[in-house]
Amino acid sequence: MGSTSAENAENNGSESVGRRSLMKRSAALGLVSVPAMSFLSACASGGGGEDSGEDTKGETSKDNPFGVKKGSKLDVVIFKGGYGDDYAKAWEADFQKKRGVTSTHTGTQEITGKLQPRFNAGNPPDIVDNSGAQKIKIDVLYKNGQLLDLAEVLDAPSVDDPSKKVRDTVIPGTLDPGLQEGKVVALNYIYTVWGLWYSGKLFQDKGWEVPQTWEDFLAICKDAKSEGIGGLAHQGKYPYYINVAIMDLIAKKGGLDAMKAIDNLDPKAFVGSDAALAAVEAVYEVVEKGYLMPGTNGLTHTESQTRWNQSKAVFITSGSWLENEQLKQTPEDFDMKFMPMPLLADSAMPFEAIRAGSGEPFIIPSKAKNLPGAKEFMRLMLSREWSTLFAKEANSLTILQDGVDPSVQLRPGTQSTVEASKAAGDNTFRFLYTEWYSEMDTAIQNASNELMAQRIQPKEWLKRAQAAVDKAAKDPAAKNNRRE
Amino acid sequence: MRKGQHRFVAGFLFIPVALYLIFVIWPYIQTFGYSLTDWKGQSQTFSFVGLDNYTALVQDDIFMGAIWHNILFLVFIPVITILLALFFAFMLNAGGRGRAGGVAGVAGSGFYKVVYFFPQVLSMAILAVLFGAVYRSDSGGMLNGLLVKLGLVDAGDPIEWLNEPDFVLWALILVVVWHGVGFYLVLFSAAMQSIPRDIYEAALIDGAGRAQSFFRITLPLLWDSVQTAWVYLGIAAMDMFILVSTMTSGEYGGGPDHASEVMSTVMMRNFLYYGKSGYACAMGVVMLLLTLIVSVVMLRATRRERVEF
Repeated sequence: MGSTSAENAENNGSESVGRRSLMKRSAALGLVSVPAMSFLSACASGGGGEDSGEDTKGETSKDNPFGVKKGSKLDVVIFKGGYGDDYAKAWEADFQKKRGVTSTHTGTQEITGKLQPRFNAGNPPDIVDNSGAQKIKIDVLYKNGQLLDLAEVLDAPSVDDPSKKVRDTVIPGTLDPGLQEGKVVALNYIYTVWGLWYSGKLFQDKGWEVPQTWEDFLAICKDAKSEGIGGLAHQGKYPYYINVAIMDLIAKKGGLDAMKAIDNLDPKAFVGSDAALAAVEAVYEVVEKGYLMPGTNGLTHTESQTRWNQSKAVFITSGSWLENEQLKQTPEDFDMKFMPMPLLADSAMPFEAIRAGSGEPFIIPSKAKNLPGAKEFMRLMLSREWSTLFAKEANSLTILQDGVDPSVQLRPGTQSTVEASKAAGDNTFRFLYTEWYSEMDTAIQNASNELMAQRIQPKEWLKRAQAAVDKAAKDPAAKNNRRE
Repeated sequence: MRKGQHRFVAGFLFIPVALYLIFVIWPYIQTFGYSLTDWKGQSQTFSFVGLDNYTALVQDDIFMGAIWHNILFLVFIPVITILLALFFAFMLNAGGRGRAGGVAGVAGSGFYKVVYFFPQVLSMAILAVLFGAVYRSDSGGMLNGLLVKLGLVDAGDPIEWLNEPDFVLWALILVVVWHGVGFYLVLFSAAMQSIPRDIYEAALIDGAGRAQSFFRITLPLLWDSVQTAWVYLGIAAMDMFILVSTMTSGEYGGGPDHASEVMSTVMMRNFLYYGKSGYACAMGVVMLLLTLIVSVVMLRATRRERVEF
């Protein structure tokens, strides 16, 4: 495109085209063409994915419903966080053995930094564990049409029992967090419970019982304070964690309706909700009475959890990744235990009710090069064999029903989560606004940070949380995210 | 120049200029283009929205607050750093008494020079971790531990330095100053070395004290270096991303409750976390403009007559 002008300029007055002018000429070409090319690529919207799936598609059969092609390649990116990435390496080795597909493996914590440029360029990996602090927000990816609708995988026959669909082999409700506008676009693979954690040993030493009501909980905090131990610790630098306590109290006090009011951006989700008022006042009571672990408001998750492991605090809020994350810091005889949030007076749900669901979203980019391979990989993830591999390597449960071989020995904390979820039965709940509305989530987290630092009062917290809800309700996408 | 030589020179200048245009100028133009769209940052699909992003920006309290924080940094970081660096550099180079006619540093100045330079060797990321431990919010933190030992602070109620809206900005300023003083000390030292000694000696004979020789001789002759330092520190104050994003709470920092927000953290949060990349590009354009204005104003304001010697 720029070649003619460059040549004309060069041919004026120069007798021969020597080496030097050739160099100059090529440089001129480069100058003109490079910006032009990047400008063109900037303008080319939504391009780049046309070749996907064609050269990687093989014959389909009963055992190979997606037509995985032997000898094709799979590009796997795994978040290397609390669960490590050894489990994925074990899967990939097995995938090569079973299906003849070799994989390139990337284990990283910088999901956004590494993948955003690739998504933008239309050159994403085939399967991604999109987790951690730097995950790419699912709602953002979805709105850009970058995610494959996983219905195909979920409706395929299960590896363990071909008469069943994959969809019917997972724990009910665990697919919900991957929903965007009614489609499952992310497979949240790990079964997680959220709530309070304590040391079985500390409880035994002090003769405490697991508190079932908020009064009993406060009584233990008071007892602990008199012995120079903090009552509740939380990961103050990340107010996400204290929101677990606040939101779970709201859900347990007000029932599923109170939870859905928040997810569905009800104009009375917080202001005008008795459950919300009672829950926030209850948490604030802990602050006011000085039952927080000193300094916990400014600590990172590892700092506060390590202090808790040193028995500087009785309780801490977290999800079931806590045990794995703290493996090195936990004393031998700590006896880590999980418990549901204690009950406020007149709660709609029983004490056993827990926030439970799935975490660690795996996604398949819609522009993946090896779509059949990625789909088959995900189908195998939901087989008992791979689920057991995961439990062994990552010390955690998956969303597959009875997905762990009984021969696998679980750690005490994980074991207590298994018991807690059995006791909970159908009494589980799970907020979804965190996946749907990032800005609202951040605003509520900021308000909680202020509440815990005693800079605002419960009433003000409710006002700010409601303002965040009202703002999110103006988002045009809000009408598509509804739960009944 | 001889005929043809122009072309010869131009040929060599071509590549650097081209590289500059492609890797420096072009991204700015691109960013401006994106700032007029509703780009979400995860694909090349977007539509043109005109100046909507800029009107939204003016009404965005968080971004406006961030600009004020940057301005606060802009006022205090260069002033404190340069004053301290000048003071130390003067003491190390011309503050000594009794030897060499008074034109030497205080005793042990060679050693101090090396020590002062140490912080400069550390990267910002390491600094953030280091000062994270200093400001830690329980008695395990260096500051709190010290204050608790001295009995000034109750161990049950330590000061949450980075979680206090009133402290957090000053805590950050201290880190930048601690980091920068050493470098500018060395810069000013080098400049001071080039000031002829006889000027000092003459002043000394005329009975000038330390303060007089500093304000009448050192500072005027150092003005070029101070000006350079001023512009550099000013640009650093407009950024502050690494420190704020790693040390303070919140997604890409800025906490508690936006109290330490700077333009770059608001931009990154919108760009990567909220997926409002077009909007974030508008912030980038505003940042560029403000930084340019700051550089120009600073260069103009500090312009003075050159002293020749």
